[in-house]
Amino acid sequence: MRFVDEYRDPTAARALVAQITALAGEEKFKFMEVCGGHTHTIYRHGIEHVLPPSVELVHGPGCPVCVIPMGRVDDAIAVAREPGVIFTSFGDMMRVPGSQGSLLQAKAEGADVRFVYSPLDALKLAEENPDRRVMFFAVGFETTAPSTALTLLQAKAKAITNFSVFSNHVTIVPPLKAILESPDLRLNGFLGPGHVSTVVGQRPYRFVPAQYGLPLVTAGFEPLDILHAISMLLSQIRQGRCEVENQYSRVVREEGNPRALAVLAEVFELRPHFEWRGLGFISQSGLKLRPEFAAFDAELLYEIPGVRVADPKACQCGEVLKGVIKPWECKVFGTACTPETPIGTCMVSSEGACAAYYNFGRMHREAAVTLGRRSAQRA
Amino acid sequence: MCLGIPGQIREFSDINEHLAKVEVSGVTRIINIGLLEDDDLQPGDWVLIHVGFAMSKIDEEEAALALASLQLMGQAYDDELEAFWSSAIASEARE
Repeated sequence: MRFVDEYRDPTAARALVAQITALAGEEKFKFMEVCGGHTHTIYRHGIEHVLPPSVELVHGPGCPVCVIPMGRVDDAIAVAREPGVIFTSFGDMMRVPGSQGSLLQAKAEGADVRFVYSPLDALKLAEENPDRRVMFFAVGFETTAPSTALTLLQAKAKAITNFSVFSNHVTIVPPLKAILESPDLRLNGFLGPGHVSTVVGQRPYRFVPAQYGLPLVTAGFEPLDILHAISMLLSQIRQGRCEVENQYSRVVREEGNPRALAVLAEVFELRPHFEWRGLGFISQSGLKLRPEFAAFDAELLYEIPGVRVADPKACQCGEVLKGVIKPWECKVFGTACTPETPIGTCMVSSEGACAAYYNFGRMHREAAVTLGRRSAQRA
Repeated sequence: MCLGIPGQIREFSDINEHLAKVEVSGVTRIINIGLLEDDDLQPGDWVLIHVGFAMSKIDEEEAALALASLQLMGQAYDDELEAFWSSAIASEARE
C-alpha cells in the first residue's frame, strides 16, 4: 500500500516534528483536537510523545456518545421498558451507564432493545413489525444527523405510523463557543474535526478567528495529517495570521455537503438549549424534529421522564471533555473505571479519550521510548 | 458510529430510493447515496460510508488510507464492520 506508507513515513514525520519544534521555540502552546477520531489517532500512534514539550494537545468534546448526559440515557431506558416497544440504538450507546443501569442491562431484564447499524435498519424493523412501536435512539453530530433526517423523510413518504426518533443530535459549533468562553482553559488554537466538516464545511468555524482571535485547521486522521495541521497552526501564529485553514482538503470541501445541510434543515430545528455531559446546558446546541415531523417525534409520543441526573461524584468526564484534565488524571481512571466496567461515557466509546488512552496510551509510552532510542542511534 | 468505512460503488440498484451496491472489504452491500445526489457518482467511485449512508466522495488513495486507519483500530473496526454486515438494509444485496 504505497499511499498508506506515504502518510506514515517516519522521515516525513520527523521533518514535521522538527518544523513544529522550531516554530514553537521556547513558548508553550495548547491546541485542542475537537474530534474523538483525532484523539484516537493521537494515542494510537503516540503522537503526544513525539511532540516537543512546548506543544500540548488537549482533547475536546467531539465524541457523540461521551456528551450524552445520564438523564437522557434514563429517558431512553424508560421508553425501552414500555410494552410493545422495539428500542433501537447504535451499538456504542448500549453500554453507556444511566443512573439505573445501561440499555444492555434493560435488555437483559426483558426490554426489547436491539442494536442497529443504521437508522434505516430501524425503519425496516418498523415496516416488518406493524404491530410493534419502533423507536430509534438518535445520537451524533452533523456526521450522523443527516442520515436520521433522510430516514425520517423516507418514513414520512411511506406513511409509516409505528416509527419514531428520540433525537439527541447535537451540533459542533455551540460546544466550541462554550469551551472558548470557559475560564478554565486557555487555548492557542484548534484542530478542526474531519468528518463533521465534510457535512458543515469550513464556514461555520470562522467565528473562532473572528471573535476569539484563534486559528483553526481542519485535519485528517493520519498521523502525518495531525502533525501537518499542528505545524500549520504554528505557522499561522508565527506569521501573525489567524484563519480557518483546511489540511484535510482531500475530503473536506469549503462548502461542506450542501445536500446534507438542506436535509438537516428540512427535518430538524434547534432546541432552545440542550444539556451536555460535563458542559452543562448549551443554548441552540441540540436538534429536535420540526413540527411537520411531530408524528415521528418520540418526545411527543412517549412519556419521557426528562429528569436531570448529576454525574457520579467520582467521574470526571466533564473535565476530560472540556480538556481541563487528561484521562489519567481522573481519580477513577483505570481503577474503578475501565472499558469493561465504565463509570463515565469517555471510557465507553472507542472514540472517548479515556478508552483511547486506556487501550493505547500505555503501550505508546513504551513505543515512544523505543522510537527515541532508534532515532538517537541513527543520529 | 463516527467511523467512516470506505466502499467502492459497483452499481446503482434503485435510483428512486437512492440505493447503490458497494463493495466493502471484498463484500457487496447496499447503502443509501441520497446525500451525494449532486456528486454525479459513477460505478468505480469510492465513498466514505457512515451508518449506511455515503457521506463523501473520496479518491482511491483516501480510501486506502481510511481502510488502513480502521484496521489499526482493532476491535472498534471489527465491531463497526460486524454491525455493517448485520445491517438489515445492507444485507439486501445478499443474493
